[in-house]
Amino acid sequence: MKRLLLLYRSIIGKKVIAAVTGAVMMGFLILHVAGNLKAFLPDAAPGVPDIDVYASFLRTMGEPLLPYTTLLWSVRIVLIASLLLHVTCVLQLARRNQRARPVRYREVRHVESTAPARWMLYSGSLLLAFLVIHLLQFTTGTIDAARFVPSGVYGNLYRAFHEWGYVAMYVGATVLLGLHLYHGAWSLFQSLGLDNPDRNRGLRQLAMVVALGLSLSFASVPVAFSLGALGPPPAESPKLALR
Amino acid sequence: MKFRLRIWKQASGDAAGAFSDYEVDGISPETSFLEMIDTLNERLTERGEEAVAFESDCREGICGMCSMVINGQPHGPLPGTTTCQLYMRHFDDGQPITIEPWRSGAFPVLRDLMVDRSAFDRILESGGYVTVHSGPKPEPNANPIDPEVAEESLDAACCIGCGACVAACPNGAAMLFTAAKVSHLGLLPQGQPERWERVQNMVEQMEEEGFGSCRNYAECEAACPKEISIKFIGRLNRDYLRALREPIDRHGPMDSQ
Repeated sequence: MKRLLLLYRSIIGKKVIAAVTGAVMMGFLILHVAGNLKAFLPDAAPGVPDIDVYASFLRTMGEPLLPYTTLLWSVRIVLIASLLLHVTCVLQLARRNQRARPVRYREVRHVESTAPARWMLYSGSLLLAFLVIHLLQFTTGTIDAARFVPSGVYGNLYRAFHEWGYVAMYVGATVLLGLHLYHGAWSLFQSLGLDNPDRNRGLRQLAMVVALGLSLSFASVPVAFSLGALGPPPAESPKLALR
Repeated sequence: MKFRLRIWKQASGDAAGAFSDYEVDGISPETSFLEMIDTLNERLTERGEEAVAFESDCREGICGMCSMVINGQPHGPLPGTTTCQLYMRHFDDGQPITIEPWRSGAFPVLRDLMVDRSAFDRILESGGYVTVHSGPKPEPNANPIDPEVAEESLDAACCIGCGACVAACPNGAAMLFTAAKVSHLGLLPQGQPERWERVQNMVEQMEEEGFGSCRNYAECEAACPKEISIKFIGRLNRDYLRALREPIDRHGPMDSQ
């Protein structure tokens, strides 16, 4: 605990916290997209889309050892804490960086830094805004509450992604995510002191694979719905009961 | 050759600065960048105008004094060189050239292109030393060092403390400087006794001076006239994390409760 506080107080420590929390969120996104791709699976049972079964599993996993949604909420709490720490540390450092150069250059020529690296604050802020909308849409169902079915994930996706505005927003968010991770997924290793000349090429390629892989697989679901590759939800879907 | 210069002029740290435009012609391509400014200054003085203040010392690329940002790049467009080793043949005839001082809150402008870099001195003072006993000196080769390790340490020791890393960093961070200084001693056996204390003290001093934080852009590496790698920043991060371990009492009894 004392060490964590020391970390939080130092600028290298804040980068370490940003790196670790970023890695946690990146790990979650890999699991998240694995779940999303279940939209492409055939129905688990007649009238029951596979992804709806998966959604209900996320709530019941751990039962009977753990009460309903306990594991889900544990993961959510870790993610919320990670996000808060990530954003707090990064914003504190950003303010410090602004003070570190009170007079700006008239001319700047970037030589080595990549554009996605310089856009991290922008891509991150936009992703945060997207995350709020995303949760209001598919977790709480606040947006379009009249048609939102908590247990009917497939149907919710189908309805949302037949509106071009949502498709554009979700595809845009995946592009931002790709840009953010193209720098972030490598940068985290450097911040943790795990990069070195032996590994650098491999880690850069890993970041590229993670960024492209996550972007493309996340974008595939809204694109598939909007192009009609994924059909309408089963008409008389016996909704899986949510407690 | 003829050049149109736009140079930052600032009478003192408190005064407001602004850009002044100058023209110099009759410059031979073999003139160094600093000699070009010398020529400009001579002509300005002859005309009774104020010369442009800048720092220089050895003029052979090893002292790190000639700090200026030329067309948006510290030490100019040529990689791995200081300003004094930059020649006018590296520019096009008639090319407009913008010259600015290092821009960093930790490096206040003294006058025109001169900045106060004593923040670096204070970082060095906080940990850039090793303990040496005062008795008879041991035979130098009595302490074998792997040549690879010695070379790596020398790579870091190449740092001339010019501050181009800070000037190039979009965040104004001094991580490459601090990393080079921490690593060049930390890699050698002579630097081990203070290794963990050194990294903590130097990072602490770096923070106190108000430098920015690292976002792993690697602009510092590209601007460094000694081409010091950001691998040393990775090493600094690793050493810093190890140094943060809580002290454990290893001498007392191991309590059963």
